[in-house]
Amino acid sequence: MAIISNAVTMADAGAFSVSLGSMTLIKTIIANDSDNVTFVHGTSSVVIDNTFPIYLVKVISAHVDSSGSGEYLRYNFRDGGSAYDAVKTSVGFRAIHTENDNTATLGMSGQVNQEAGFFNFTNNGISVDNDQNHSGELLLFNPSSTTFVKHFMGTSNVGPTETAGTTAYYHDGYCNTTAAIDGIQFSCTGSGSKIGAGIFKLYGIKDS
Amino acid sequence: MGVISNGTTLLDAGALDSGVATGAMTLIKTLTASSSGTLSFVNGASGVVIDGTYKEYVFKIINIHPSASASFLVGFRDGGSNYDATKTTTYFRAYHQENAGGGVLAYDAGFDLAQSTDFQDLTADSVITDNDSGISGTLQLFFPSSTTFVKHFKANINSIKAGSSPEMKNSFSSGYCNVTAAIDAVQFKMGSGNMDSGTIKLYGIK
Repeated sequence: MAIISNAVTMADAGAFSVSLGSMTLIKTIIANDSDNVTFVHGTSSVVIDNTFPIYLVKVISAHVDSSGSGEYLRYNFRDGGSAYDAVKTSVGFRAIHTENDNTATLGMSGQVNQEAGFFNFTNNGISVDNDQNHSGELLLFNPSSTTFVKHFMGTSNVGPTETAGTTAYYHDGYCNTTAAIDGIQFSCTGSGSKIGAGIFKLYGIKDS
Repeated sequence: MGVISNGTTLLDAGALDSGVATGAMTLIKTLTASSSGTLSFVNGASGVVIDGTYKEYVFKIINIHPSASASFLVGFRDGGSNYDATKTTTYFRAYHQENAGGGVLAYDAGFDLAQSTDFQDLTADSVITDNDSGISGTLQLFFPSSTTFVKHFKANINSIKAGSSPEMKNSFSSGYCNVTAAIDAVQFKMGSGNMDSGTIKLYGIK
């Protein structure tokens, strides 16, 4: 049964016909001393396919648990198989400012060329303070394409850092593969480090 | 009474069914400047929500036109009535002038903050007051209700600097409120003078 108001079809065939917003929350994962946070297509209601042309991951107050300072959050993409090892070429640049005002810089940092390893969500180690955390976002474009490389764009704030300051990090690049990307994983640098807390949200951005 | 279409419940008990995918970006409040000294979004006032309802808040700044040539500023409230949360921030910008001067990307230590309670400068320098100019951009605030973590924010703002040749400036300012108290209000203002016109919209991200 269709729902029609003032000659406009509002809903039909079990779905709304009118726009309910173009940004759809797909999945929320709460980290709790987690080795990693992983969004995998087809698992736990996660969709990373051609349903959306753009996917967005929000990272909110991700706290790294570590016995020492200097660790940070990182991420990688899955392009087939079970490993998160898509080959990436990327750029990274960061602005740093310390609480004592001694350091204030802007420069390239952490870029990689044709590497399969995890890429930095920030590029300045975190302190061991209880209130330190990362917040930011990561955009992934057209991951289901089997024709094009897959571009991603990320921005993140981290602090207080191991040098007691803030770092704004901008990290962009592409997975140099024509295989579909169907998974995204976040983890920490340093063996034994865990994502102690944090909220990770995956959104899909509609194209119509 | 529920509304069921093709066997799927769309509406029930006065709300959309939980199975219906809705937009994740919710408009909370629009403030329109009219010779305004400040524009303030305060949790609990005039329909504004800045609390644990959302884990991220986004402000869209659209064509704020200043009455005087000045910087555009933001402050955060962490209790009490003052917008004086302690902040450590970075600031860098790209700029290019209409006469082809400039063409620079660089950090500017004149506009960052180190453990300061001052307002953060979002544009740096004085923006032009020509009738057709304005300030536009976005400010994101993460997890303001947390009482465990510092509160990160970041802004990306376009403005036009006053001078012999108007200068397009793209400003990146970000950092954290170095407090574990909740942030419950955000205020925008010019360094001097008023905001003649323009709108600022607050959204919550589900």
